[in-house]
Amino acid sequence: MDFSLGEDRQMLVDSLRRFLADKYPFATRTAAAFDGTGWSRDLWGQMAELGAVGALFDESAGGFGGSPFDVGVVFAELGRALVTGPWLATLQAGHVLAAARRSDDLATLIAGERVISYAEEEADTWFDPAAITTKATATGEGWLLDGAKTVVSCAGSVDQLLVVARGDAGLSTFLVERDAPGMTVRDYLLVDGGSAGDVTFAATPAVLVGEAGGAGPVIEAARALALVALSWEAVAVMDVLRDQTLDYLRTRKQFGIVIGKFQALQHRMATIALEIEQSRSAAINAADLFSSDRMTRERAVSAAKTTIGKAGSLAAEEAIQMHGGIGMTWELAMSHYAKRLIMIGHELGDEDHHLARYIALGQELVSA
Amino acid sequence: MDLKFTPAEEAFRAEVRAFLAEKLPVQLTDKIRKGQHLTKADMEQWHAILNARGWLANHWPVEWGGTGWTVIERFIFETETALANAPRILPFGLSMIGPVLLKYGSEEQKKQWLPRILDGSDWWCQGYSEPGAGSDLASLKTSAVRDGDHYVVNGQKTWTTLAQFANMMFCLVRTSTEGKRQEGISFLLIDMATPGIEVRPIKLLSGDHEVNEVFLTGVRVPVANLVGEENKGWTYAKYLLTYERTNIAGVGASMAALGELKEIARTQKRGGKPLAEDPQFAARLARLEIELENMKTTNMRVLAAAGAGAAPVAESSMLKIRGTEIRQTIDDLTRRAAGTYARPWVPESFEGGWNGEPVGPEWAGPVATQYFNDRKLSIFGGSNEVQREIITKAILEL
Repeated sequence: MDFSLGEDRQMLVDSLRRFLADKYPFATRTAAAFDGTGWSRDLWGQMAELGAVGALFDESAGGFGGSPFDVGVVFAELGRALVTGPWLATLQAGHVLAAARRSDDLATLIAGERVISYAEEEADTWFDPAAITTKATATGEGWLLDGAKTVVSCAGSVDQLLVVARGDAGLSTFLVERDAPGMTVRDYLLVDGGSAGDVTFAATPAVLVGEAGGAGPVIEAARALALVALSWEAVAVMDVLRDQTLDYLRTRKQFGIVIGKFQALQHRMATIALEIEQSRSAAINAADLFSSDRMTRERAVSAAKTTIGKAGSLAAEEAIQMHGGIGMTWELAMSHYAKRLIMIGHELGDEDHHLARYIALGQELVSA
Repeated sequence: MDLKFTPAEEAFRAEVRAFLAEKLPVQLTDKIRKGQHLTKADMEQWHAILNARGWLANHWPVEWGGTGWTVIERFIFETETALANAPRILPFGLSMIGPVLLKYGSEEQKKQWLPRILDGSDWWCQGYSEPGAGSDLASLKTSAVRDGDHYVVNGQKTWTTLAQFANMMFCLVRTSTEGKRQEGISFLLIDMATPGIEVRPIKLLSGDHEVNEVFLTGVRVPVANLVGEENKGWTYAKYLLTYERTNIAGVGASMAALGELKEIARTQKRGGKPLAEDPQFAARLARLEIELENMKTTNMRVLAAAGAGAAPVAESSMLKIRGTEIRQTIDDLTRRAAGTYARPWVPESFEGGWNGEPVGPEWAGPVATQYFNDRKLSIFGGSNEVQREIITKAILEL
């Protein structure tokens, strides 16, 4: 039993934290997150140089990490600094590329030279790949895509998209160039900063990645890893929210005393602290069980997403409430952490979705 | 990060399982599975079995008959015994007065009392709470006045668990009314056979007799039975309350109870379908299971920190709060699962050896009383509100 991060991972954490504190203070972040593309390509490049992308992949994929704990600590630091950009999409796209042994694509991705987003969700999929309708058609020269993807991370400002589409053989994955013919992107900012876009394909040329029809297990595993990442990010955001709220309770005075003296707030704060520790355990469990059999892995990541969904809503809403009026302001960093936490709930399925999934997987387990 | 137990720890687990398979009497596990009451003799029998193996005082120093186990080994032992439906080790001697004597008692007191805890000569009870001193324990009023070689004790204790079986009581008494309230409290060891002591049962809402009132009228206690120094008892009392942390969350017992609940959910039908397929019930059950899985890891994290020398004050209170909430939720869902069969009350069925016909499924008989009985969990051992105060104090640092 060892809950320490280990020396190498701790060094990565320290260097990312120092770098982001220095280069990406709150004012810089707010400017970058709500302007133009909603993220800084320049910062991306510098972080890739520090190893933030390489840490997401193992040596066989050209990286130097790739364990769920490596992924977890990188996303925790991204969360702590509220870094925007296609990080989660890159994680998913990269793991699909790794499964297909696309080492050249991975090399430029890890170096930060090219950025690849990930396009799976459609208007009617609601996180169920079985409902994907974007069509892939094989031609003599390659593949053509037709269909539409929605809320694709930074769709208009990345170099390529890794697209999940359905062909005759079933679900497959494809690389599409951003300026590919027949592709349109409608870009928009996101509530918590950063950007995404709706993408349509009309006979858009694409390059098959991996085996035609064989994408199902690959994209499921990539999503599971992304859920680990989001869980660690959420816990880090909750840690910041808790600390900021504790600071406020220690300093804000009303009725002549600091408001932290009021029992009504103290007991709620204790509950939040407890829920955060349970969330941390859930995130650790999800990372730890990622390498188990599929059922164990999927139940653990759904358990984690359920846990952080519930705790995240509580932590965000209570942090705003305990800050009172000032908690409602754009100017206060806290409010942006609260927004991020609530929006994490909307990524890759919310608390209810994953609770239902956890139950369904459990029933599958019993009847197996 | 590595959540696995070491090979040595797994070997230890196997050793505990083998021991339980061999030595844990079926007659005891039967009662526990059926939610029946254990008799005094049942509890003494289990203590004797553990003591014969040298595993009774598993957190005492080796020189006093302890095992020298790590916190992880203790956790494994507690989990495995709970999963095997073994009786719990009674805390009053082993986890309460024992550790206080080990830390603050004189050599004579250790030699006199510790072996008697191990061999079962003494059954201790805890004289802490009073009618006017619950969560605010320091307001206790039971007085002890020095009279030659004795203290003369007058007052009333309450919620005294299993005092009906006890021959000894460790007791907080007021020896001074000057200065801070906490600085006038002393820690006395009282023989329950001393004239002037009367034990009256308190019947709980579940119908159970577990706790008692203890009236003390002119009770003469030898000065040799004072632990540590006069008026320093609060320090010892607090030490006792924070001592035992490895099992505060009751993870093993909750795992066992959840396992039974899941079995019930698979077999009990509602509207022709197993309860496990009822969306409302399945959601409650899933949330509970997720909480317990998280709790297991939280517990391990706290143990790992404690093993590394940290004093996880806030975290221990979190374990107490969430651990008891989880157990109460298991009881709640088990009661709901029984539907109408939660209602019949057949108290004689709670005693061992009962051969009557159960009303409804056998498991349903004790579920409502168990639910009501376990409402105590969030009240005793420092209520969950008191635990929240402890957490806030630690994290707010006000």
